[in-house]
Amino acid sequence: MNDMSRVEREVDTNEIKLECRDCQVYYGDTHAIKDVNVDIEDKTVTAFIGPSGCGKSTFLRCLNRMNDTIDVARVEGSFRLDGEDIYDKRVDPVQLRAKVGMVFQKPNPFPKSIYDNVAYGPRIHGLAKNKAELDEIVEKSLRRGAIWNEVKDRLDAPGTGLSGGQQQRLCIARAVATEPEVLLMDEPCSALDPIATAQVEELIDELRSQYSVVIVTHSMQQAARVSQKTAFFHLGNLVEFGETGQIFTNPVDPRTESYITGRIG
Amino acid sequence: MTDASMQTPETGRHSVSLTATDAHTRKRANAEKRFRAYGIAAIATGLFFLVVLFTSILSEGIPAFKRTVISVDFTLTEAQRTEAEGELFKTKAYSNLFIAALKSELDERGLNVAVDEAAIERLLGKVGGTIRTFYSDNPDKIGEPVAFDLTASSRVDGYFKGRVSRDTMQDSRFLQKSDLDLVDALEEAGIVKQAFNWPFITGADSGVDNPGGAGIGASVVGSFFMMLVVLGLSLPIGVAASIYLEEFAPQNRFTDLIEVNISNLAAVPSIVFGILGLAVFIQFMHLPQSAPLVGGLVLTLMTLPTIIISTRASLKAVPPSIRDAALGVGASKMQAVFHHVLPLAAPGILTGTIIGLAQALGETAPLLLIGMVGFVARGYPDGFLAGFTEPNSAMPAQIYTWAARADVGFYEKAWGGIIILLIFLLSMNIIAIILRRRFERRW
Repeated sequence: MNDMSRVEREVDTNEIKLECRDCQVYYGDTHAIKDVNVDIEDKTVTAFIGPSGCGKSTFLRCLNRMNDTIDVARVEGSFRLDGEDIYDKRVDPVQLRAKVGMVFQKPNPFPKSIYDNVAYGPRIHGLAKNKAELDEIVEKSLRRGAIWNEVKDRLDAPGTGLSGGQQQRLCIARAVATEPEVLLMDEPCSALDPIATAQVEELIDELRSQYSVVIVTHSMQQAARVSQKTAFFHLGNLVEFGETGQIFTNPVDPRTESYITGRIG
Repeated sequence: MTDASMQTPETGRHSVSLTATDAHTRKRANAEKRFRAYGIAAIATGLFFLVVLFTSILSEGIPAFKRTVISVDFTLTEAQRTEAEGELFKTKAYSNLFIAALKSELDERGLNVAVDEAAIERLLGKVGGTIRTFYSDNPDKIGEPVAFDLTASSRVDGYFKGRVSRDTMQDSRFLQKSDLDLVDALEEAGIVKQAFNWPFITGADSGVDNPGGAGIGASVVGSFFMMLVVLGLSLPIGVAASIYLEEFAPQNRFTDLIEVNISNLAAVPSIVFGILGLAVFIQFMHLPQSAPLVGGLVLTLMTLPTIIISTRASLKAVPPSIRDAALGVGASKMQAVFHHVLPLAAPGILTGTIIGLAQALGETAPLLLIGMVGFVARGYPDGFLAGFTEPNSAMPAQIYTWAARADVGFYEKAWGGIIILLIFLLSMNIIAIILRRRFERRW
């Protein structure tokens, strides 16, 4: 519980990066997300917690329009990134996803070399003019992913040959290589062992200095450790949203309290 | 916990030693043993039939790769040529010159048999014409000794291969008993020999009464041009259709209908495609009859469903996490498909394509309907483009034609043709395996 107090001290108010109002998501006839209002702050780690199937991953996938790839999914409401509606007809999801990067639950490096994994995003977005610039971006991203020292001698080795924790940090490096402003993480540690989890969590804390990070997690301890803001989802509703310390020590809603004390979920 | 483990469990069972198998376990073990035995028996049966098949194909087909040749050293002088060209029956004059050369060779070896023109014609066909054509094509060879390797007629070939024997044969215009004396004498003199049958591999189809001259080469070329058409059309169309259906098309009734129809098309009998090709490509579009182009188009229709189904299966097998990863870094859908999904699906697509091609290579029925029958393969096409449009046959149709002919000499040609067809199919499968190995990526 000492951790908690430390986290609490670090909370400071930042400007709002992503403003979500009256968000609804339907999968066919199922109403998966109901009236969710969340403000994601810049340079802050926001955690989404809640029992399985509560809609937290669905909501996360709305933030970079990954739900567009699901035919039956329908998203309503207003999502404003720096004041611009990301669901505007003129917005190309491809450009949006370069600004809002994503890390997935299962480490999913491309079956290519470590270098190509990281260089892929900058290449398709044309971020590097030449090989030297690309090399620089790859190195910088791998350093930010806290994996540079482990892989700098074998950039040509396949990314799939790394251990699970290394693969996940490689995926984070790949996500930051396109210079995103928001980084979405969908249970990034659920497939990792405690040591790899600790490394990724440490990394998330470092990433906070430059990005706005949104993390979905099943582990309440993890949410408490890494986040400054926490949103608790239950059955598609946003039950409670506030500063992490307050949510875990003094929840307002009885459902939040039941969940964090282990009585539901 | 300790209390519970101390108590005797009240399961009602007697304590049985682990080393003594009970009846139920024995029963299960026996069932497993029986199942293994069935499996081994099934595989053994399959292997047995495979061995029988291959032995019969090889034993029947290998003689087709040998031929009987009558080789004679023959010299034509300028004077002889002028004289022969002056005669009324020119080929008869050449024929007489050849017989004289043959006789003198026999005499040299002290063999004395009757050699008459009719017998030589039965043994070698119209030899005078062959010689005359040779010298008009190669006038510079006049005056030099030339070694002629002339293919013996199919009955003589059959005599050496055991198809024809003195006891069973009847005199006919093809061969008489007295000719066999001449053949024996020629063999003793070393003039009749067995040689590798290159003309069978490189040659074209012959007339119905000349099995000795029949070759599969022209129809191999026909098959090759057909496969070019099939590959050139069905691979891009099939892959594009599958990528669209699998990755881009919305899921609705219309696409469901298309999917069901593609699956159904794969099961349509090939002869139906043949009659479709006849009606659409030849009668409606007036494409040339018997041409590999039309054959290729028909086989494309047949191969497309196979390629689409296998391509979609291999696209489906690519884990969705790869698509998510690509979309997550901001790749467009097309980039995700072409940079990541397609390379991973490539081994499966290639295998499916080659299996589809192999199937098309062995297809006979539709070709018969569009007139790519064996006997049109009488010569090689002149040039690459003509290869698509000139009448030709294909290997399986050629084999079918030979098998249907009356002369027993064609029987071994049909088996020999099957060996060549199988060689092509096996090499295609090997290529498929090599490609799959090379492109396969692990994760």
